[in-house]
Amino acid sequence: MIVPMNLSQTILGVTFENPTVLASGIMGITASSWRFVTASGAGAITTKSLWPQEHKGNVNPTIISTEHWMLNAVGVPDAGPEKARQEIGDFMKDHQVPLIANIIGLSASEFAEVAAAIAPLKPDFIEVNISTPTFLKLRGKLFAEDEGEAASILTAVRKEIGKIPMFAKLTPNVPNIGQIAAACVAAGADGITAINTVGPGMAIDLRSRMPILAAHKGGLSGPALKPIAVRCVAEVYEATGGKVPIIGTGGVYTGEDAIEMMLAGASLVGIGTAVADRGIDVFSTVCEEMQLWCTNEGVDNVSDLVGGMHQELQQRGMKGTSMTHK
Amino acid sequence: MAIPLQSRLPKTYRIKAIQQETDMVRTFTFDGSLGARPGQFVMLWLPGVDEKPFSVAFDNGAETKITFFAVGPMSEALARCSVGDLVGLRGPFGTCYEWKPGQHIALVAGGYGAAPMYFVAAETVHHGCTLEVFVGARSKEHLLYLKELESLPHVSLHVATNDGSEGFKGFNVQQLEKMLEAVQKKRKNEKGKMKNTDPIDQVFACGPEMMLKAVSELTAKYKIPSQLSLERYMKCGYGICGNCVVDPLGIRLCTEGPVVKNDACVKIEEFGKYHRDALGKKHTF
Repeated sequence: MIVPMNLSQTILGVTFENPTVLASGIMGITASSWRFVTASGAGAITTKSLWPQEHKGNVNPTIISTEHWMLNAVGVPDAGPEKARQEIGDFMKDHQVPLIANIIGLSASEFAEVAAAIAPLKPDFIEVNISTPTFLKLRGKLFAEDEGEAASILTAVRKEIGKIPMFAKLTPNVPNIGQIAAACVAAGADGITAINTVGPGMAIDLRSRMPILAAHKGGLSGPALKPIAVRCVAEVYEATGGKVPIIGTGGVYTGEDAIEMMLAGASLVGIGTAVADRGIDVFSTVCEEMQLWCTNEGVDNVSDLVGGMHQELQQRGMKGTSMTHK
Repeated sequence: MAIPLQSRLPKTYRIKAIQQETDMVRTFTFDGSLGARPGQFVMLWLPGVDEKPFSVAFDNGAETKITFFAVGPMSEALARCSVGDLVGLRGPFGTCYEWKPGQHIALVAGGYGAAPMYFVAAETVHHGCTLEVFVGARSKEHLLYLKELESLPHVSLHVATNDGSEGFKGFNVQQLEKMLEAVQKKRKNEKGKMKNTDPIDQVFACGPEMMLKAVSELTAKYKIPSQLSLERYMKCGYGICGNCVVDPLGIRLCTEGPVVKNDACVKIEEFGKYHRDALGKKHTF
């Protein structure tokens, strides 16, 4: 009899039945939605970004895609902490899987304010969104572009959340994501989420000659993002010495994509855009595909995959990926 | 379950024809088909203005029609468009009405819900179905698609207006109730079949949410399967943004809807009570 491989892991004291995580921004507005995703097999869910006050998003079109990529410029809409308290409170009453609360603000004090509002709800992790492309419109640059700025946000959040594990969500749009990740860890991040969308990108309607997105530009996700995400996760893993857990996010569609992300260094794997292409059951499908692959390859525990590429390079006496620009 | 092939990037079409249906309601015809089924919707983009979901009023494989009510900034801007102007369409998205050939189906259409119901009617009669169509509106001048519906074979039309300016004075759901009651009595008294008292196999409805709620309750009471077209604020249209998710089921009305079978509708606690805006805030009906 074949014993099924073990998909579960305990990370920073939190047990995940499988490594799939609903990525922030997808299906993440209400407790009902999170339960629906949980029932579809997700190992954890991430909320949409929560602001310290109501925040309006962009006019439609905000989300468009082809089979290769998705562009979104939703603009991070949110009704503010009162709704977050209701929805997270509702979900946490009987939550079947860990909840990762994603928070956002326009300054260290705003991040601290929303962190203070969310921490009492006892989310399993807090993910700090210092990398949404929406920051380009709101403040001209991302916090995650600069080690000092990223660190100052994380330091401010840490003061408000006690011992709740804190993840910094990073952008691929920098030449030194490894260094930024190391700076975040030095500032108190317990883990890294890599990556946010790349770009931004643009799509133009030929006949009207107009940019299709109302905001003209939007973050790119989907299959085209995966090789960039894998490279970023590998750099983050290397720069942080494999000592902090990474949620690897970007273009994961299949079990093999998830395994690749884990070999690059991810402990957990975010899934977002694939929900549109493979259906809401993508979480359980990816888990089945991982099971099948691992069983065929003789991998007993999914945790054995984490950082596998780095271990392989080391065993062969080869240096790391060394792609981090100094 | 994989999502069927659909266009998720808008393609612009020139408006081929504009039909003024009533004071506030227009139908645009576009050259080309998206392969839409009755009950499905498209995201309609007016470049530089906005993008919103609209029910497909007709798609015969060659042309696509959209009927809309000029009621907000987007549809008012749409109403100012002329033949030849460019409008973006992407889709079709969501579920469609489902029937079996030869069924006896009651269609309940409120307001501009008559447009997608005409699409259903045209397709179902093609499959040998017989129809009882209950069209309702505030008053005579708001009634839509009556001529088109009358022109179809095997259709019995039942018209209701709130003010009695045409047909039955009251709501179309009251007329439906009378028919369901009559059918039940007739079936209890004698086993023979008669026109209009044949059992209704299913009920399809499209219109204002309070009308849908009434159809839901009525068809549950008479134990007749029904399919209702629900509407919520949408961004993506294909199951990503989560804006159209309903409490407490968590289903997305763009993907598991907009046409939802009543056995699921009765479990939607917010149905007939509240809906959410672009920020996810609740608003009562």
